[in-house]
Amino acid sequence: MKDLMYLPDVVTLNLCEATCNGCGMCLKVCPHGVFELSGKKAHIVRRDYCMECGACALNCQVQAITVNSGVGCAAGIINGILRNSEPTCGCSDSKSNCC
Amino acid sequence: MKHSFLEGNVSISDDVIPLVSTRINFKDFMGAVMVRWGINRDNYRISPGLYAFGNPDQESDVFVTANYKLTFDNLRKNLSGLDGWILVLDTKGVNVWCAAGKGTFGTIELVNRIKLVSLEKFVNHKRLILPQLGATGVAAHKVKEETGFNVHYGPVRASDIKRFIRDGYRADKEMRRVTFGFKDRIKLIPNDFIYGKFYLLGAMAVIFLISGVSSKGFSYKDFSGEGGPGILKVFLAYFSGIVITPMFLPYIPGRHFSLKGFYAGVLVFLILIFLKFTGGNVFEIISWFLIITAISSFLAMNFTGSSTFTSLSGVKKEMKISVPLQIGFALIGTILMVVGKFI
Ligand code: SF4
Ligand code: SF4
Repeated sequence: MKDLMYLPDVVTLNLCEATCNGCGMCLKVCPHGVFELSGKKAHIVRRDYCMECGACALNCQVQAITVNSGVGCAAGIINGILRNSEPTCGCSDSKSNCC
Repeated sequence: MKHSFLEGNVSISDDVIPLVSTRINFKDFMGAVMVRWGINRDNYRISPGLYAFGNPDQESDVFVTANYKLTFDNLRKNLSGLDGWILVLDTKGVNVWCAAGKGTFGTIELVNRIKLVSLEKFVNHKRLILPQLGATGVAAHKVKEETGFNVHYGPVRASDIKRFIRDGYRADKEMRRVTFGFKDRIKLIPNDFIYGKFYLLGAMAVIFLISGVSSKGFSYKDFSGEGGPGILKVFLAYFSGIVITPMFLPYIPGRHFSLKGFYAGVLVFLILIFLKFTGGNVFEIISWFLIITAISSFLAMNFTGSSTFTSLSGVKKEMKISVPLQIGFALIGTILMVVGKFI
């Protein structure tokens, strides 16, 4: 099946290729194949598929990646506004098929 | 409570570790069905700690997971025929991905749990296998620093674990991708359906009250005459946002979930018109158009939280445009409906 893509040109993902040491960790953790490795550096190749989960930034040892991570969840954002806090998802069972 | 998945114990020197079955029995199955419908959801957890499966020894792999029973069941049934250890983190009964997002499936909990169970007593290697989606909460290099254990991110789906191990702890591109196919989406519907019940009841109550209004004042006769069809229309709008939109998500035009929900609502509205189910009054027809599409759009927008590819920045951007429109539609629709009664 074709990959689903959300809104284009919105994500806050940034990669500093000069800092990157080419370890490949971001390729392993990203669930949407956003990165590719070539010439011993990671490159963003599918930016618009990024869901801002933050896994890549958290697992990059040299902090070459930054992203404003959070839950892309409307109910969570509404909760956040009502409680005057960060968006928090009630998280319906959605993602439980994963291991 | 004694869990039916426990098969006994294994003793390693002085320690007794519970042995779990890799088979899912009828009770596990029924529990899963109920949980999908929101029954007993907050209680569906197991105790954190170390478990054994098969016939493990010091060389066996250690799989890390969450203490949501559905997640735990899904892992152990995919480990049948293997021997090893399962380290269950305390994620407050939440699945791996969501818990990782909240940080409960996280570096600190993993490091503490490794120390708490003295994992090094049971294995003489340093391999931990984590579900890939746990990476949102766990920094592999920090775990290594603190405990010496190497985090290996396994595949996204537990069903790929055996292949992952066979391939020398390597996951191919496809095993690393999150998908969101028809089956994935269908499974979520019952829960979302129950989750949104207050929206449904609220909207139904408003429509019911309005149905009692007429130029002659407030009457119970109108309640019974118009209330029923009104409530049915609200229900169809709910169905459109919570069932139709998720089911046909990739095929409905637009990228914004609220726009997809709007289109689904338009479809429901057109069907109602076709069935001559919207009344003859122009005000009433327009008001139903606005109300049905507003409800459907709002609920479809909420499906962003269940989907696996929406970003926070994107949802914020979507809501800036959609929420004012939804509120406007619902308000104008309600006003027109009342006005229509007096003309
Ligand atoms: S994890 Fe960081 S250092 Fe490693 S390849 Fe990715 S960006 Fe480069
Ligand atoms: S934030 Fe998540 S989805 Fe986006 S690039 Fe990083 S790992 Fe991939």
